[in-house]
Order: sequence, then C-alpha cells, then structure tokens
Amino acid sequence: MLASLLGSMAGFLGQGGGFWLPEAASKTAEPVDALFNFVLWICIFFFVLICVLMILFVMRFRRQRPDEEALSQVEHNSALEITWTVIPLALAIAIFWMGFKGYMDLATPPANSMGVQVQAQKWSWLFSYPNGVSAAELHVPEDTPVKLTMSSSDVLHSFFVPAFRIKQDVVPGRYTTVWFHPTRTGEFQVYCTEYCGKGHSDMLSKVIVHSRTDYDKWMDEEGNFIDKMPAPEAGAKVFQKYGCKQCHSVDGAGGTGPTFKGLWGIDQPLTTGAKVKVDENYVRESILQPQAKIAAGYEPVMPTFQGRMNDKEIGVLIEYLKTLK
Amino acid sequence: MSANHTTYGGGTPGAPAWEQDNYLNHTHGLKSWLTTLDHKRIGLMYLICILASFLLGGLFALLVRTEHLTPGRTIVDADLYNQYFTLHGAVMIFLFIIPGIPAALGNFVLPLMLGAKDVAFPRLNLTSWYLWVIGAIFSVVTIALGGVDTGWTFYTPYSTTTATHVIPVTLGVFILGFSSIFTGLNFIVTIHKLRPKGMTWFKMPLFLWAVYATALIQVLATPVLGITLLLLIAERAMGIGIFDPALGGDPVLFQHFFWFYSHPAVYIMILPAMGVISEVIAPFSRKTIFGYKFIAYSSIAIAAFGFLVWGHHMFTSGQSALGNMLFSALTFSVSIPSAIKVFNWLSTMYKGSISLKTPMLYALAFMFLFGIGGLTGLFLGALAVDVHLHDTYFVVAHFHYVMFGGTVIAFLAGLHYWWPKMFGRMYSEKWGAVACALIFIGFNVTFFTQFVLGSQGMPRRYYNYLPMYTSYHQISTVGSYIMGLGFVICAIYLAHSLLAGKKAAANPWGSVTLEWRTPPIPPHDNFDKTPLAGDPYDYSQVRWDAKTGGYVWVDEQSSAAVAG
Repeated sequence: MLASLLGSMAGFLGQGGGFWLPEAASKTAEPVDALFNFVLWICIFFFVLICVLMILFVMRFRRQRPDEEALSQVEHNSALEITWTVIPLALAIAIFWMGFKGYMDLATPPANSMGVQVQAQKWSWLFSYPNGVSAAELHVPEDTPVKLTMSSSDVLHSFFVPAFRIKQDVVPGRYTTVWFHPTRTGEFQVYCTEYCGKGHSDMLSKVIVHSRTDYDKWMDEEGNFIDKMPAPEAGAKVFQKYGCKQCHSVDGAGGTGPTFKGLWGIDQPLTTGAKVKVDENYVRESILQPQAKIAAGYEPVMPTFQGRMNDKEIGVLIEYLKTLK
Repeated sequence: MSANHTTYGGGTPGAPAWEQDNYLNHTHGLKSWLTTLDHKRIGLMYLICILASFLLGGLFALLVRTEHLTPGRTIVDADLYNQYFTLHGAVMIFLFIIPGIPAALGNFVLPLMLGAKDVAFPRLNLTSWYLWVIGAIFSVVTIALGGVDTGWTFYTPYSTTTATHVIPVTLGVFILGFSSIFTGLNFIVTIHKLRPKGMTWFKMPLFLWAVYATALIQVLATPVLGITLLLLIAERAMGIGIFDPALGGDPVLFQHFFWFYSHPAVYIMILPAMGVISEVIAPFSRKTIFGYKFIAYSSIAIAAFGFLVWGHHMFTSGQSALGNMLFSALTFSVSIPSAIKVFNWLSTMYKGSISLKTPMLYALAFMFLFGIGGLTGLFLGALAVDVHLHDTYFVVAHFHYVMFGGTVIAFLAGLHYWWPKMFGRMYSEKWGAVACALIFIGFNVTFFTQFVLGSQGMPRRYYNYLPMYTSYHQISTVGSYIMGLGFVICAIYLAHSLLAGKKAAANPWGSVTLEWRTPPIPPHDNFDKTPLAGDPYDYSQVRWDAKTGGYVWVDEQSSAAVAG
C-alpha cells in the first residue's frame, strides 16, 4: 500500500520517463533531473502553503455583516518578515548554485570526446564526421562522449535532445558547441527549438546510439554507399540526407521549391521571364549557387550546398532526378 | 472655460447633482471625447481600445489552440499558423498588456488617488492615446497586408529575411513605444508634483508606488526597443549589416538589445498588477496593508533588478558561461521581493474581515496563479534545468501564468473594483463569480497542461507535433474554450451593468483612498477642493451605511452634522 503510494508519487515527480520528464539517456541528465525534483518539491511546498493559508483565512475570517471590522490591525512583524526573506533567499542561493554547477558540466565536454560537425539550415540537419562521411541523422557509439560543433547556413536554429537534457542554439556566422555522453543504445528525438519559419516544426532528426560493432558497421556502409549502390538509389539517399524533401516534393505536391516530379528536361520559366532547360548543368548550378536562376513563382530562399555536397553526390542526385517522371 | 460647457447638464430633473453633471455627461458628442483633456475620459478611451485589442489577441489565441487539436493541419497551414501566434503575441503584449493597467486603469485612477484635478500634462496624455491609435493602425494594416511571421520577438536574421511584412509592424511598435514613454513621463511628474497635502511618499497608496516604478521603466527602457527596431528596419530596408552575419552583423546582439527592453517590460506588465492587488486585498479584508514599506520598496527593487536580468532569456544562445552565471544569480535576486509581496498579502488577510466580492475573487485567483507563475520561474532561473526547458511549452506556460494569471487577472480585479467609480453602476455579483470561476478553471486546464508538455520536450512555436503530445494539446485547447466562455459571460454582465445595472454608492467597497471621496460618478474636475490625504489603509475612516448600500466617510458625516 505504502510502496504503491510512494511509487505513484515517484511517477508524479520528475523521474525520467514519468509524468514530468521524458526518459533520460545521458550521463548529465541525472543531475539535471535531481535539481528539477528539488525545485519541484520547493514549489509544491510553497504553493500548498500559500493555498492552505489563503483558504483557511477566507473560511475563518469571512465577513458576515457589511459592518464587521477586522480582528486586528497589525502593520508589520519584523521577526516574521525577516524569516520569510531569509528562508527564500537561502533556497534561491542553493538552487542557483546547483543550477550553475550542473550547467558547467553541460558546458564542458570531456577532452576525449568524439567530434562531429553539425550544419543546420532551413529545415534540416546535417552531421559530418571527421572521415568525410555525413548523414541526416546523428549516429554515435554507445558510452562515448560526443562533442558537436555547430553552425547555421541561414537563420537561428537550436539543437535539442530531450532525452539527453541538452539544448544549444545554432547561430549563423559562428560555432557553438554542445556535448553528451549516451548511456544506452536506442533512438532519441532531435528537435529544432529556435523558431525558423514554415518548416520549423518539421526540422526533426534523431540521435541513433549504436553498440560499438553496429556503429562501425554503419560507418563502413555509410562511407561507401555511392560506390556500392545503383546510382538512382544512392541519389535517393543523398536526397534524404541533405533534407531536400523539406522543400522539394517527389510526387508533384507543392512546396517552398518546385517539385522534382517531371522536372527533368522541361523548359523551366524563371523569375526574370527567361526559360532554362533543366539539365545536368542547371541542376548543378542550382545546388551550388541557388540564387543564380530562380524558378518563376518561388522565393530565393534556398541555401547553397557549396562545400557540403561533393561531386559524386551531385552526380547520383542527378541520376535520381532523372527517374522522377 | 470652453464653449463645450454650454451643453452640460443632461441628467433627469430631480436626480442628485452628480447625476446631473459628471465627467461622462459634462459635454456631449464624439468630438468632445476625441478632443478631451480629462484623464478619466482618456482612461475610458484607452479602456475601449485595449479591450478591443484583447478581443483581437484572444481570437488569434483561440485559432492557435484550435489548430493544435490534431498534429499536422487542423484548420490552417503552417504559414498562417505562424502569423497567428505572432499576431497573438504582438497584439497582446504591445497593444493590450503593456498599456492595459497603467494607461487605462492608471489614467482613470491616478489623479483621483492623488486628489488632483488631472495629470500634470493633460495634452501629452491625449497625445499618448493618439500615438497608441496610430501604432495600432500599423498593426491592423500589417494584418490586412497579409501578416507577419517572425514571432513577437522579431529575432534576426529571420526577421530581416522573411518575406512577410516586418517593417509596418515594427514601425507600429516603435510608435506604441512613444505612447508608453509619454504616459510614463506624465505619471512620474504627476506623482512628484501633484500629491495633496498630507500625502508624503510613504502615505501614497501602493498602486501609486507600483505605477511610479513602472513609469521609471517605461521611460528608461522603451527607448532601447525603439532604437533596436530602427536598426532592424535599417538592416531590412537598406541592407546595413548590424544583426545579419551575411552582412557582417551579429544576430545575438539583437537578442541582447531586444531583451534589454523586453525583460524590464515584463515588469511594466506585472508591477501595476501587483499595485492593483494591494489596493483590492486591503479593503476587502478591511485591514491595513501588512508590510507597507516593504511592498513599496520591493516595487522599486523589482524595477531596478529588472534591468539586470535580460540575459536569462539567452542561456542557450551561445553567450559566455560567465555571462550565464551572472544573469542566473541576478535572476534569483528578483524572486525574493516578489515572494515577499505574496506573503504580505496573505498576512493582510490574516484576522481581517474578508469579503468575497468579485474584485477579491480575482485577487485570490491572482495569488494562486501568480504563485505558480513565480515558483515555476525557479526552474527556469536554474541554469542546468533551463537548458532542458528553454523554448519549450514549459516557458509558454510559465509566462502565461505570470502575464495572464498575474497581469490579466489583476486587470480584471481592477476593472471590477473601479467599475462602480467609472460608470456609477454595479454589476451582477453572481455572474461575476461564475465568470471568474470559468476563467480560473479554463486557464489552469489550458496552461497547467503546457507545463507537462514542455518538460516532456514539446518545443514552442511548433505548427506540427509528434503524436505522443496529442492528448495534452487537446486538453489545453478545451481549457481555452472554457476560458473564452468565461470572457463572453463577463462581457455580457458588464454590458448589462452599463445599461441597467443597480446604481452604485459613492464608496461601495469601503476603501479609503481618495478616489472614493468623489460622488458615484466623479465630476469633470474630480474634487471641489483638494482633499486632505489620510492613511490610505486606515479603515476606521469609513463606516457602513445601510441606507446607501455603501460606506460613508466618518469625517464627512460629522462635518455634515455640524453644518446641519
């Protein structure tokens, strides 16, 4: 009986996977959750105190007749006032200190962290590894600290993984960093948490934590997929990886950019009034210098992929485009 | 004085003098209102405009909530949704909540509380109102042109690159800023120069302390917002690189500038609300306010500290760890004066004679909701926890508990408290309690749910969401409909009160601040002669009078007896 009551209370408190907080899967999550619980207890205590006193006073001291006077006219009470200044002050200092200490852990990646570059753009994430491999989802090995060095190609974004209790804005024109140490394998949701326009709420990704052997296997496949797969299939993977689908559909549906279905080989009208044939060179130019020729009816909002998408990738992407009839 | 005076005296013959000639019927016609210098009429004009803005902002809120009934599209696409939440925020903050209590209630009450005939600069006061109207027109024009989708925060470089109409709305906010500055300036001078004999600084009603502290922030902080928005316009219109890194600017600089105003602006919103609560709790407990000096000083302390904590909006922005540490520490320093105010109000009720009329119901709701709003700020002030909660629905819930549960509820408390003085009519207490209960319940259903959504990781400003959050969103939306119903009932009984409400006594609540020395509806000039100020919380100054159904001043009664 008591155990089940305590159990349900623990569920109400900020336990990972409980009523308040999602599951926790990183080493730094635990102290964050502990502080969350500490503050939650303080809040519950003071809130109950305020409510109980308020209800008690209203019931006990309710005016019965319009001419009824108050029972007392106390103007102040120094001892009481000092007490209710000092106790909240002490609690505030304690919360501040724990918050600061926890934050310094979040802000200080271990020296042996594995480094990954993150490029954010409207509305996709790209994770690049030191060996040149890149992917739209972040794959990492279990029980290894990972440090992300992040930048944005366009506007502000923010990298948020609830299960790791980490969040860091991604800013154009500078690098910001964040780190985590995953404690178990699994897939964990990534959100963009700095408003970035139309596709903000679809700018999602995942952190996939593998066992060490699975990770090595993934890295091996990911590093060579262009050589191993048929070109159109590899192109489809490139299309996924760079988040092209956020703006370009492959089924004729409208979007921020023109659909790829039936695009190949047509004479595309431009905002200048001229037309251009959609061929290898036009596609290549649109990827590397997107503002050069804007299709009529669309805004010049596409970021450049210069320096990110390599020639091999552009090549297979073009092969994929050709198949979308 | 002026030609307009020839038309006064519209009351029925035989009615009391105050009905024959008061500020409402002293002159007639639309022109007499649009050119009025009377602070009471300007207050009412603000009130009408502000309530219209609240309606507009509220409709956008209901659209936002309705869209969230299902993940993905429910009623509109992402572009429109982004405009709805932007307009909800911008309209509520710049058009409703910042001018709400100071400009509408404050304008009406402040000179009356001082026993003065008007504010120090009546023409400037009317100018403020016109500036508000011009600023509001810009916002409406923006909506007509097709909206804006940056969020009310206008963060760069999104705001300098989006195709929506950023310039008209920022110009509107710029103009509204001047309206706010002029009101603040006017109130500062009025409080310094027009206090009556006997009203030293520490004999001022606490509402005046709160409005004074607010006015200081309005005058000192608003120009920074003005400059920031001009820089934004310069970048957007002329391509001058200030905030956009593509032009050599720094986007985080914009956030510093923006929050340097917008955090103090939070106190522009909440301080007058705290003032209203002090004014309501004392008479409805018929007990002198507990810890007067501390409440007064804490208003000033909150205003001062409020300037030093803007960086707590930017803990994850990439500012330095040292900066984060300092801003976190300073943030906790603001929590103390706020906490003590709540304890002071509670102590005021202790051994009081508590009357649960509508204004007091709202004051109690304020303590409950502002309590939650303030306490949940502790989560966000703590650096390590804020990293998880920043930019999630937890923050949305927190600031709605403070801004709505605090300021809007206090605005409603003040509106119901001063309503009899504004219009000389009472409203239905029964329906007042029903509406208050619906708003209170609806509010908690809407926003408490959002604390859980946020701590579970749901980011804010999301059009689409993962299916795991669906039931929370649906509960929250149902709550917003309950709240909406509460406001509809409120509007109906207040309209009924205007048309057919019971006539109010001059002092229906038994308050002892000077505005309650005027007749049920104050005359054009407020007071025949400047009244002598007494202790604003000494309730032995008034006595219940069954004949008028209100309270009468003991000194006026005895002097009347002497004269008789």
